[in-house]
Amino acid sequence: MSKQQFGETTRRKFLGTATAATAASLTAPAAGNAEAAKSARSVGTTKLAEANSEIQAQLLERAKEGDWTKPAAMAIPKEGYFTLEQGRYGPIYPKTPANYGFTIVAKVKPGRDDIVRQYGKTIEKAVAESPFVLAPLKLHYLRWVLFNIGSDTYFMYQGIFDTDFDKYTEDAIMLFTQAGVNTVFENLEGFPADWKTNTPAFVKFVREHQCPSFLEYGEYPFVTADEVKKALKVKAAMSSMLDQMQ
Amino acid sequence: MLEFDDIQHILVTRVPALTGRYEFLSFRQPAQGRAWLAGIIDKVASAKEAQASVQTENRWVSVAFTWSGLRALGLDEAPLATFPEEFRQGMVARAQMLGDTGANHPDHWIGGLASPDLHAIAILFARDPSERQRSTQEHQAFLAQIPGVQVLSTLDLDALPPFDYARDHFGYRDRLSQPEIEGTGIEPTRGSGAPIKAGEFILGYPDENGPPVGLPQPDILSRNGSYMAYRRLQEHVGAFRDFLRQQGGPSTEEQEWLAAKLMGRWRSGAPLVLAPDKDDRALGADPQRNNNFDYARMDPHGYAVPLGAHIRRMNPRDTAVNMQRRRMIRRGATYGPPLPEGAPDDGVDRGIAAFVLCASLVRQFEFAQNVWINDPNFHELGNERDPIIGNQDGTFDMTIPRRPIRRKITGLPAFTTVKGGAYFFLPGIKALRYLSTLG
Repeated sequence: MSKQQFGETTRRKFLGTATAATAASLTAPAAGNAEAAKSARSVGTTKLAEANSEIQAQLLERAKEGDWTKPAAMAIPKEGYFTLEQGRYGPIYPKTPANYGFTIVAKVKPGRDDIVRQYGKTIEKAVAESPFVLAPLKLHYLRWVLFNIGSDTYFMYQGIFDTDFDKYTEDAIMLFTQAGVNTVFENLEGFPADWKTNTPAFVKFVREHQCPSFLEYGEYPFVTADEVKKALKVKAAMSSMLDQMQ
Repeated sequence: MLEFDDIQHILVTRVPALTGRYEFLSFRQPAQGRAWLAGIIDKVASAKEAQASVQTENRWVSVAFTWSGLRALGLDEAPLATFPEEFRQGMVARAQMLGDTGANHPDHWIGGLASPDLHAIAILFARDPSERQRSTQEHQAFLAQIPGVQVLSTLDLDALPPFDYARDHFGYRDRLSQPEIEGTGIEPTRGSGAPIKAGEFILGYPDENGPPVGLPQPDILSRNGSYMAYRRLQEHVGAFRDFLRQQGGPSTEEQEWLAAKLMGRWRSGAPLVLAPDKDDRALGADPQRNNNFDYARMDPHGYAVPLGAHIRRMNPRDTAVNMQRRRMIRRGATYGPPLPEGAPDDGVDRGIAAFVLCASLVRQFEFAQNVWINDPNFHELGNERDPIIGNQDGTFDMTIPRRPIRRKITGLPAFTTVKGGAYFFLPGIKALRYLSTLG
């Protein structure tokens, strides 16, 4: 596996095209079919992508409107985005039917597997003691996985959340440093030792180890965790109201 | 202990100026740029000097440089490379992320601000127009001796009548919510939050996260400096008033209500959280009361201040995390003549030309632009941007919570247009001397 390599390729590509893209005066997230067709071409994808452009355009429009009424699947170009849009620390990854998120895969430092696994307990305890400790991150789900390739162990950190990539990472750093806790990332190869004071280096590590999805699906797409909680609260309130009417 | 004798006054001191002038400069030769700087340093007041003479002084000067300006002064590549990436790139390269697209794109900026030849800004604040004229002539005479320093453009600033308090062209009272720096001895007004660690605004001091790190080198260059994002925002007063008439309805009360909902305050400055139903001018004018409110406890659903209103985005108070790391100091003034009440728009350029001062452009200024002002999904709103300074192109909405049902305005027009901007570094006084003696 060469996540590092992938990251660097993307970054080079990004740096190489940033100026042109900035000059192109891109407006708000693509909406019309023409715009989507253009983006499919601009990322150098195949005929298949162009044929899909109408679906893509509809999905982007549904994402903008937060249309959850029917399930949706989105195929994502290998760069991880349709059009290059500059965020604060790098390209912006699009909102998909499974909202925002990332999948970070990195090699665990030799002999650290158990420490990484133990970190699961740390988070379990932190959330049990203070249930809203991770609330600033606007998460739906976290999935942490350890797996082996040959004799090496890899860590996969998959998060699904409702804020953009850079804001998530920045908020996570502030959360960890303020709580005075270490991060599981410290057990990963290539992670910057000065992460607590060097936000750009932390963000760079995350971006370099991010493996963008090529498919994301949502049974109730584009809905934020806050909206889900609101809906459940309404349901609970309604059922309580009906109880009171008996 | 803050080194007030080395910090440029603009970071700490609010001066009693009714007029001002910004001059945007380009250095054709490093030696000429340094000669200009050497000649002007003595006019740049430190915070200590400005504080001592604020009652008697008539003019206040600040100077700052773009990254290419530091290079144009002759700073070597090694120290240049120690500045953070967003500053090195400059505001123009960051346009898309900042929301400076469409009509706000740097292609449409004026005054040479989008040019890589923009190297420095000289900021003058003056007590009155005659003092501005005198200072301007003095600067012109000085520049005449240094042909290698070119004036790209200038902008005159004028406070708006009747001068009883600071206001913008839309009529909103300004300067109501300002963070205070720990160690200045200035107590924040009630509701303005705790004083903030100096390192959030001034380089070389501990910030909210701990000791300073990663500062530009050498130390003398960065110490007591700050980053300064400049924004020139044209205000479309005619369009704004038309909108209030069309959407607010025939009565003045309804129009005022709508204006208040866009801002989160009545134009008098009275906050909607404390005066939800009608204006309260005495409240607006009282600094001990006009900022004393929160949202999570007092207005969670936005019945007073809509979730997307300008002040709720620019300072979400207790409804956002890490607020102490996102604050910014604002300075600046209005430019252009006021548009008389009832007059149709005359097409004259008028607006606000302001500075945002902070220790990290990417964490503070850019975050505010990117997430608070222009993220359509701020507070789960879905399709809204800041109604006053967001990038509006007629495709975004504004939701006003109201019982029994909310009011939704679709296709909000743009009330402001970005006409220029730049990232500057505002060095300390010693750093100015260091820069003036390079080479």
